[in-house]
Parts: sequence; C-alpha cells; structure tokens
Amino acid sequence: MTRGPEGLRLLDAGETALVVEFGSLISDDLTDRVMQLDRALSDDPPVGLVECVPTYRSLMIHYDPLALSRDALAAIVHDRLTYPASAARSAVLWRVPACYDPDFAEDLPLVARTTGLSEDEVIHLHSSATYRVAMYGFAPGWAYLSGLPAALTLPRRTSPRARIPGQSLIVAGGQAIVAGDAMPSGWHILGRTPERLFTAGRTPPFLVGVGDRIAFRPVARAEFDALAARVALGEVVAERDKGQA
Amino acid sequence: MPHLRILSAGPACTLQDAGRWGLLRYGVTPAGAMDWIARREANAFAGNGPDMGVIEIGPGGLALAAFEGDVRIGLSATGFLPRIGETALPGRIAVTLGDDETLTIRPGPSHVWAYLAVTGGFAVDPVLDSLSTHIRSGIGPFGGRALQTGDLLEVRAAPDVAVLPTMIATGLAPADTDQPIRVIPGPQDDHFTDGALATFLSAGFTLSPQSDRMGYRLTGPRIIHRAGHDIVSDGIAFGSVQVPGDGQPIVLMADRQPTGGYPKIATAIRADLPRLAQMRAGDTLRFRAVTVDEAVAALAAATLSADAVRAAMVPLRTGPDLARLASGDFASGFIDAKTP
Repeated sequence: MTRGPEGLRLLDAGETALVVEFGSLISDDLTDRVMQLDRALSDDPPVGLVECVPTYRSLMIHYDPLALSRDALAAIVHDRLTYPASAARSAVLWRVPACYDPDFAEDLPLVARTTGLSEDEVIHLHSSATYRVAMYGFAPGWAYLSGLPAALTLPRRTSPRARIPGQSLIVAGGQAIVAGDAMPSGWHILGRTPERLFTAGRTPPFLVGVGDRIAFRPVARAEFDALAARVALGEVVAERDKGQA
Repeated sequence: MPHLRILSAGPACTLQDAGRWGLLRYGVTPAGAMDWIARREANAFAGNGPDMGVIEIGPGGLALAAFEGDVRIGLSATGFLPRIGETALPGRIAVTLGDDETLTIRPGPSHVWAYLAVTGGFAVDPVLDSLSTHIRSGIGPFGGRALQTGDLLEVRAAPDVAVLPTMIATGLAPADTDQPIRVIPGPQDDHFTDGALATFLSAGFTLSPQSDRMGYRLTGPRIIHRAGHDIVSDGIAFGSVQVPGDGQPIVLMADRQPTGGYPKIATAIRADLPRLAQMRAGDTLRFRAVTVDEAVAALAAATLSADAVRAAMVPLRTGPDLARLASGDFASGFIDAKTP
C-alpha cells in the first residue's frame, strides 16, 4: 500500500490491478476526482494499461505487469492526478423517458409511506433531479447514479426480489440505478424507462458514459408503450443534450 | 467448410478466449477461460496465437465430430479421458480429427476444465469483440449460452491437416503441485482483525460444491471483519478473495461481477489461478502471501512455459505404446502424475 496526499491510497488487487482509492465514502468531491483521473489515464493510455473501472470513490486500473510495472504505473498515476479535468464529456446530458405507471412502480406506495411523502411528491423528486452516472456495476448497463434527493434515502428492502423487470428505475441507500436486463435486486422499484442503456447488437451498444448526466422525463403509459416499441426496433429514444450540464 | 458438430455436452461447455476486456466500465464482465494456461496451451498445440477462441470443456465432458472436412485440434485436457473413436489418447495432444470421426472427452480422475482449440480458429462472429461467453448476462456467441447437442461450429480452413502426425506434449502439466495458492494481501486487508489475515494465510480451506465460473466458495475458519462487512462498491479482479458476513471466503473467478461491496482480503496471483480453477469440490487448499514482484516473476515464467509446449511435442507412436500412454501406466512424465 502506498499513501499519498489527501488520504489517497494505492492498493494492489493482485499483480494485474491497482486500486486508486480516494476515500471510503460516497461524495461528489471524491467522484469528481475519480473521473478526473479516469479521463487523464483513458484519454492517453500508457502502454500496458488494460482498462480503468471508475466507482464512486476509487479507480481500479487493470494492467499488464509484463508491459507496465507497478512502480511505473504508480508514478504515472501520481503525475496524472494533477492533470486539469476536461470539461467536454461532463457536459453531456441525457433526457431519459421515465414512466411511473403503477404497473411499473411496485414500490411507490411503500416508498411514499416510508418517507412520509405523497406518491406524487416521490415522483416529482425522482424526476426533477439531475443525476450523474457515477459508475456501472452489477451487470451490463446497470448505471449507478449520484444526485438522488436526500428525501428519497431509504434502506434496501428486507427481502430482495429474485428478479426485477429490466429497465426498472430503482433506489436504495441514497443511490439511484437505471437497471439493465432483469436481475435479482433488493432495491425499491419506482418506475421504468423504455430506453435501453445497453443493447449488444445496437450501434452504439452503450449510450451513456460514466460522468454523463441524466434527467428523467416523465411519460404516460401510452407514450411509454410507443417509445418501447421504437426501442425494440433498435432506436434510441433518450435525447442527447450537449452543453446543458 | 469443415465444422465441429456437438454430439453431447455436459454443463458449462462454452466458447472462451482471453476475455471481453475494455467494457468493465459499462458493467460487462470479461469472462474468458477459467484456466488461462491450459487455454494458451491448447492454442499452442493447434499452432494458433495464444489468445484465440477455444472451447472450454466443463466438468461433464464433451463429445463432438468433424463434419464436412478434417479438423486439426489442439487439446489441453489434463485429468480428462479423451478418445477418437475407440482409441484412447493422452490429454495434451495435437491431432487431426478426420471427417466424420468422433472425439469424446470424458471426465477423468482430476481437473474440472479442459480446452479444445482448432487450427485456424473458429469462424464464429465475435460479440462485443470477443468470443468469450458470459452465461449470466447472456453475452457471447450462441446467444451467450452454453454449447449444446446439435450446435455447429465452423472452422477456418487450414491447409493439409490430414497429413499432420499426432503429436503429444512432453513434460508435466503445469498444475501438478500441492503447493499453497499464492496471494497478494489486499486491497481491503485492513478491514479485518489483526488475526484474520494470519488465520487466512495459515489455515486449510475446503472448496465448496457451491462453486462455479463466477466464484469458488471456501469453507474453513471464520475470517472476522474489524467493523462490518459492507464497503462502498469498488472494482473486482480475477482472483479477488471477498469475505461476506459469514466470514467464509469466496474467490471470484472468470464470471465475477465487475464491482462489489464486500471487503477483499487478498487476491490470488495469475500464475496460480489455473491450479485453483482446476480444484474440485472437497479438495483442500492453503494460501501463502507473496509480493507483487514475486507474482510478476511467476506470471512471466508461466507465460513462457505455456508458449514453449509446442516446441516440446513429440510424435505419438502407435502400437503397444499407445495403450500404455493412454492408460498413464508409465513414469516418463507424458501425463499428469495424478492420472491413474
């Protein structure tokens, strides 16, 4: 382990991955620093760098130690920590359709009860925030968002569901997720988007990058169904808005 | 064009290569072969580049036939029982499967995963730039599923494979040792009590039957967290040893989730992951800590030796020797000493 400035730690995850840990908690400041380093490395990758995996508070750097030594990588990391953050990518804002129809919002009554808000207030809070994609995890195209209004902070369900529908909009632990394909989950389901952040056969397969912003545009059930039909044909229905972050 | 036709497949026979790298940031697991050394060997036996797509044969074995042409095969199947027609063969071999001939790879006395490469490679469309299969997310060739009876795999034409002699590997298979699995402590070893790392590095563990391509569960003494078992999710490497609330370690393998929220006490080194991957439920193991430098030296040595196997092959002699070879009844080291 190497200790650096401001609580930064370099941790070995074996001889082929190095974790740059900025802190142990979720905070916008730490996520900013993760994204700055991610960009500084990914935009101009040193020979031997395999890929970087950003999370809320750390960056895992996969590398080939036969091409790039651990010490050389650590030196590059320290050097690039001071690169200025590039503003270009953070300016992408995606307007993602979101449907809060009762069929898609199984946990809306429970979330309203638990938070002491009305169902409309929960929907309004969820759909009026602007989020940032802090990381992907769990399964392909599962986007972990920061920026959930604090009033919607609540613990996970006591019993996880064996399967939640794909493209669900879920919250727990102060975080929000746009789900990919159906998977088990203990998070609360608030709605569903017709958009697919990931589809293997589409160009591009992944719509939204880590660091991009997301705002939800509430749509009624009829519009959801129409948009979902277009998505099934390979169309992208989220609107890409540049320069509005 | 020549094809391989799957006649029967045990569970978890899939196409795999060196992994679908570059998309972890979108939550895509690299997958790839469980045993990179044997995967690389199979390609070397076939005369391919080291990272070409191969069939990973699971613990139930596989039977297939050549179809519409001869197919040259590189097989790294230590501990399995391969045969062409009625002729038993050693596990590490380069052999031409004639049109309509059947190759059967039955499970044997040891090992879990075997690898079959074809000279020239499979003419199968990659998915997201890789031939690896991740069944849990359904990403990969054949819709991301395991191979099954009736599947046809087209083989890129390779010239004159019919005239090539059958060649067998010399020297021991690399996995044949009872040494501890080497690990590098961390990245979250500081989330455990002072005694926990010492316990982890000294105790014996048993591989649980609840193990698969995603993770190998171990049972043994409880590894105790210092303050809770939740961390804010961070990245997971192949070989990360995570310890959930019950204190029983899980080594995360090829189909691991890309990020996770349990502390990871150590990471198994690349050179020893194949040996761990080839263990069976009920096998026991220990861990030993090494430095990054030691791990890199071991990785370099394992890579060199996996690539050198082709040059060390010798032609298989027919006659009485063949039966002796296939039974493993000799001490010259052609077959893994664990094979009876």
